[in-house]
Amino acid sequence: MKEKQVTPELAREHGLSPEEFGTVLAILGRTPSLTELGIFSVMWSEHCSYKSSRIHLRKFPTKGPRVLQGPGENAGIVDIGDGLAVVFKMESHNHPSFIEPYQGAATGVGGILRDVFTMGARPIASLNSLRFGRPDHPRTRYLVSGVVSGIAGYGNCIGVPTVGGEVSFDECYDGNILVNAFTLGVVRHERIWLGTAAGVGNPVIYVGSKTGRDGIHGATMASGEFDEKSEEKRPTVQVGDPFTEKLLLEACLELMRTDAIVGIQDMGAAGLTSSSFEMASRGGTGFLMDLDLVPQREEGMTPYELMLSESQERMLIVAKKGREGEVREIFEKWDLDVSVIGEVTGDGIGRVRWRGKTVAEIPIAALTDKAPVYDRPAERPEGQDALQRLDPAGLPAPSDLGETWVRLMGGPELSDRKWVYRQYDHMIRTNTLVLPGSDAAVLRVKGTRKGIALSVDCNSRYCYLDPFVGGMIAVCEAARNVACSGAEPIGLSDCLNFGNPEKPEVMWQFRSAIEGMAMACVALGVPVVSGNVSFYNETKGKGIHPTPAVAMVGLLEDASKRRVQWFSADGDLVLLAGADRLGVHLGGSLYLKEIHGQVAGTPPPVDLAHEKRLEEFLREAASADLVASAHDLAEGGFACALAESCISGPGSAMGARVLNPYPEATRPDFAMFSECQGAVLLSCAPAKRDALLDLAGRFRITIKELGVVGGEYVDIEGLARVGAAEFRTAWSEGFAAALGLEG
Amino acid sequence: MKTAVLVFPGSNCDHDAYHALKYVIGVDAEFVWHKRSSLDGFDAVVIPGGFTYGDYLRTGAMAKLSPVMGAVRRFAEGGGPVIGICNGFQILLEAGLLPGAMIVNDSLRFVCDYVHLRAGTDRTPFTRGIPEGTILKIPVAHYQGNYFADERTLSSLEERDQVVFRYCDPEGEVTRESNPNGSARNIAGICNEGGNVLGMMPHPERCAEEVLGSADGRRLFDAMVAWLGEKST
Repeated sequence: MKEKQVTPELAREHGLSPEEFGTVLAILGRTPSLTELGIFSVMWSEHCSYKSSRIHLRKFPTKGPRVLQGPGENAGIVDIGDGLAVVFKMESHNHPSFIEPYQGAATGVGGILRDVFTMGARPIASLNSLRFGRPDHPRTRYLVSGVVSGIAGYGNCIGVPTVGGEVSFDECYDGNILVNAFTLGVVRHERIWLGTAAGVGNPVIYVGSKTGRDGIHGATMASGEFDEKSEEKRPTVQVGDPFTEKLLLEACLELMRTDAIVGIQDMGAAGLTSSSFEMASRGGTGFLMDLDLVPQREEGMTPYELMLSESQERMLIVAKKGREGEVREIFEKWDLDVSVIGEVTGDGIGRVRWRGKTVAEIPIAALTDKAPVYDRPAERPEGQDALQRLDPAGLPAPSDLGETWVRLMGGPELSDRKWVYRQYDHMIRTNTLVLPGSDAAVLRVKGTRKGIALSVDCNSRYCYLDPFVGGMIAVCEAARNVACSGAEPIGLSDCLNFGNPEKPEVMWQFRSAIEGMAMACVALGVPVVSGNVSFYNETKGKGIHPTPAVAMVGLLEDASKRRVQWFSADGDLVLLAGADRLGVHLGGSLYLKEIHGQVAGTPPPVDLAHEKRLEEFLREAASADLVASAHDLAEGGFACALAESCISGPGSAMGARVLNPYPEATRPDFAMFSECQGAVLLSCAPAKRDALLDLAGRFRITIKELGVVGGEYVDIEGLARVGAAEFRTAWSEGFAAALGLEG
Repeated sequence: MKTAVLVFPGSNCDHDAYHALKYVIGVDAEFVWHKRSSLDGFDAVVIPGGFTYGDYLRTGAMAKLSPVMGAVRRFAEGGGPVIGICNGFQILLEAGLLPGAMIVNDSLRFVCDYVHLRAGTDRTPFTRGIPEGTILKIPVAHYQGNYFADERTLSSLEERDQVVFRYCDPEGEVTRESNPNGSARNIAGICNEGGNVLGMMPHPERCAEEVLGSADGRRLFDAMVAWLGEKST
């Protein structure tokens, strides 16, 4: 077979710009082979090179006393004391999931799990952040069912609980859904492994599944826009095999208990190419690899295909010379392929051989150092001012506030997510202390008293209206949720989902959101330790709302101090911490969207200093056992937070009778559904009241006593009253009903 | 007193069973790799949940061929206590140590949730001291837990006192609504004629500590320890 001649035209088809192709020619001093072109194309794709985002990502704080590993490795690592650390990362699998929802989502989970266990950690929990088009869009139901069952199919089989997440709907995702998967693992400090290739002469070992033709050019696909022909890209979606990954997980962890290896990395996007070049780049070495030794599932695969395949469940290991036997023994025990395919060299060149010929010979430092970096033009969109205009007084007042309240609680955004999380095994490994359904999930760390709290958040309407403030809010909300559970936020991972970065408006959204997030991270003292950027979330030229999803990790020194969002006892007092944060803020609110059909205005203001004090107050209140529950006011405002605290617990629905929290509002609907940042609904036993008020005073948090838990109604005096049971029914049935799914 | 926790490729509740036995109940527990062909020295056997061989064929259909299953058969024939949980139950069915088969949940979806069980016979080593009619709160997590057998087998199970658990509502009523998977006659767990081999879909190892939401599962392991204690004296 004659190999295709590489031309500028072919390079363009591979997503390389003429300038980029020029750099390739300069680096090599000759025309690349087809295999080399493929390697440059994937390594310099947006997905792998972060060429449009890198200069902005540097604005994130990434260091801190607890940070053991920041961005740049397979996942971030944060110390939790007692010689233990948590390893975590979030990653997107948006494009494949839109094309093939089950496999796209499943392999998204598989990929993020590998990123975590490749560092030596045993994964103990997963989260996901999902965005779909409007519920009545003809494709939405199919996509929701497929994505949820794909996540379940993979996570349940490998035996890592999916303990929380978010599901949200908006027409901006009609043609471009978001599937962001997060996994956290626990590791002892001395068992941490990095993806590095060091030690000239050390063997390079391939383990795991055989290589097939699946997923070739997945990374490039994920770096381009969608059009009508996207369905034709289905063959580039990989197929997951969670059973093999389970074997790979156990085999890798078994191997890591020995000291036979030097470095290890999973073959994710861009497969064998990215793992080998990245490991050698980190190690400052080179390698020689013989593709004929790669275990193959199909016959006649070309070197181009072997290097670019994204077949799942594979790892690349650099072992110590002479210890190959130990590696082989462990992987063979687990019925996995294992093959020494090459060795580490000292000349800084990545050399790939196939059928006795050299098919690629690339200087590694040049490939990584000369990778394109763009400071793309950014410009505030012309329509942004018009978008931010909103006159609340002009909105028609609802005739029945109770009915409006029920509609929001039973609507697609706020309704119970049990239909989703019931399909996820959320209890396996017996660490889940707070099951899905509260502001944050809480897991214990066996063998310690510690707990880990997890929450993932992003209000993309806020980000659309004001990406800077929206970015701040994404960080603050996630941190607040974790603080409500009683934990201290210790680090975050993000998934930055945006449109086409070559458009100045999108770049402006991206830059602004990052700057807002970074500012909040600095103020709250939370480092960004890992994450991922997903650009080109556009179909037919229409971009999504900017959606920087934030996964926050919190630490409880004593897991018995955890708190939930729901009321637990009749007679408990209901209080609002941060009561002075209320106001008439309808911009970007759920009420405005669902009831009035508008996305406009500006997001509610944020006070970062207040946010920090509020978090500390919440932790102190939990650890001193002063509060029974804590739930932050978010979408749907005060009224919906109150209803959630009444009905979202595992017992029967509870009532509450409270005062209007914001009598200054000009209209009752504004008092009920205005959104704000920095207010938290609390409940406490009457005996704890004085101490709680005192504590709030010490942290300079305005706290208002509003009423008491009990009765059959959720009652905001003078505004609206709805039966708790009626709420429970609307809320429990709302999700399936909105999507036309069977309950 | 030593319990074996079997480990097949794809077992994933093995650590949970081990944790419950060793650190909650406090009995000696040891992982046993599926390629071992002897269970000498063990007093009880736990076949944990998971997705052995990915469940790519019928659940349990591959695992039953592992060498350790020959040893389980001999262990059971000798009257030793064996409990198969979830995928472990499915393996016991495929191995013919218990009658019937599993099909996909009637919802066609995976289900992970707390359910209530009504205890049937108390003659197994795992239910001794749990009187018939006791209500237990225990989670399920499966895709194929819809127990199926022909009418004759089902009636025979009832006649021979082999029904150990049925799904029920919180008040103990065995209703259609309380059945999470469509299983025949709400069956959640059965035993062999001898009573020493128990298979159940719900996960007692996941609810052996109050901190996890229920400690009802602990009662099965406590019963096993008591039974073994009596036997050894």
